[in-house]
Amino acid sequence: MAAEVKIRGRLSNGVAQIKSLMPHPMETGTQRDPDGNLIPAHYIETVTCYRNDKEVLTANWGASVSKDPYFAFQVKNCAPGDVIRITWVDNKGESSSGELVLK
Amino acid sequence: MKRHDMNMNRRKWLSGMLALGSAALLPLRVLADTKTAFKATSADAALQELFGDMPMEESAAITFKVPDIAENGAVVPVSVATDIDGVQSITIMVDENPNPLSASFNISPDAVADISTRVKMGKSSTVRALVRTADKIYFTSKEVKVTIGGCGG
Repeated sequence: MAAEVKIRGRLSNGVAQIKSLMPHPMETGTQRDPDGNLIPAHYIETVTCYRNDKEVLTANWGASVSKDPYFAFQVKNCAPGDVIRITWVDNKGESSSGELVLK
Repeated sequence: MKRHDMNMNRRKWLSGMLALGSAALLPLRVLADTKTAFKATSADAALQELFGDMPMEESAAITFKVPDIAENGAVVPVSVATDIDGVQSITIMVDENPNPLSASFNISPDAVADISTRVKMGKSSTVRALVRTADKIYFTSKEVKVTIGGCGG
């Protein structure tokens, strides 16, 4: 089970400033383990950000996004009580998500 | 119901279905393009896959923050922001990486064209930020010196 997306956010003048962390190995497929075997590529391919179930931002990533990706973005037209949700899917089909209720 | 009303309804329904159809097709096409672009092994090939023959213009209206010297190539902070109107996507590319395309962000009208993340860099390289609008690609670039590589080093 993949770890949950950690989200922090601040609402100012209707704009939500969101910072998120997604624990994930982000293996490129070119690294070797201590025995010299190639570690298969394992990385997040798509990230989708929602405000109250409406898609506001999507990201397509390659394996060159750093391990345990950090992703910050801003969402317009937000109000207290709105829910920001982030989900990701990796190249193995695994997925995870996280939620934040704006204050 | 009068004949006239019926025609109007039919027309509305038809145009509604057409709009739905094109809206559903668009993201699929974009996704297909990016999949191959992420496999490209040169910046030029990745640009061609992503943007085809769209006109490109260097722009000072993109605020692009990357360190001049990255001590750890495994974690290079990157921020891209712009006040250009009608931004559809922001793309980050590291020319010297085995696969230069690193990340692409689709910005809806409800999102601000301002994103930050961290990328890996195998060695010193030109890093580009590209901003797509409906009819043009705006870009800016910076040289980043890497002292310890982040890809299989």
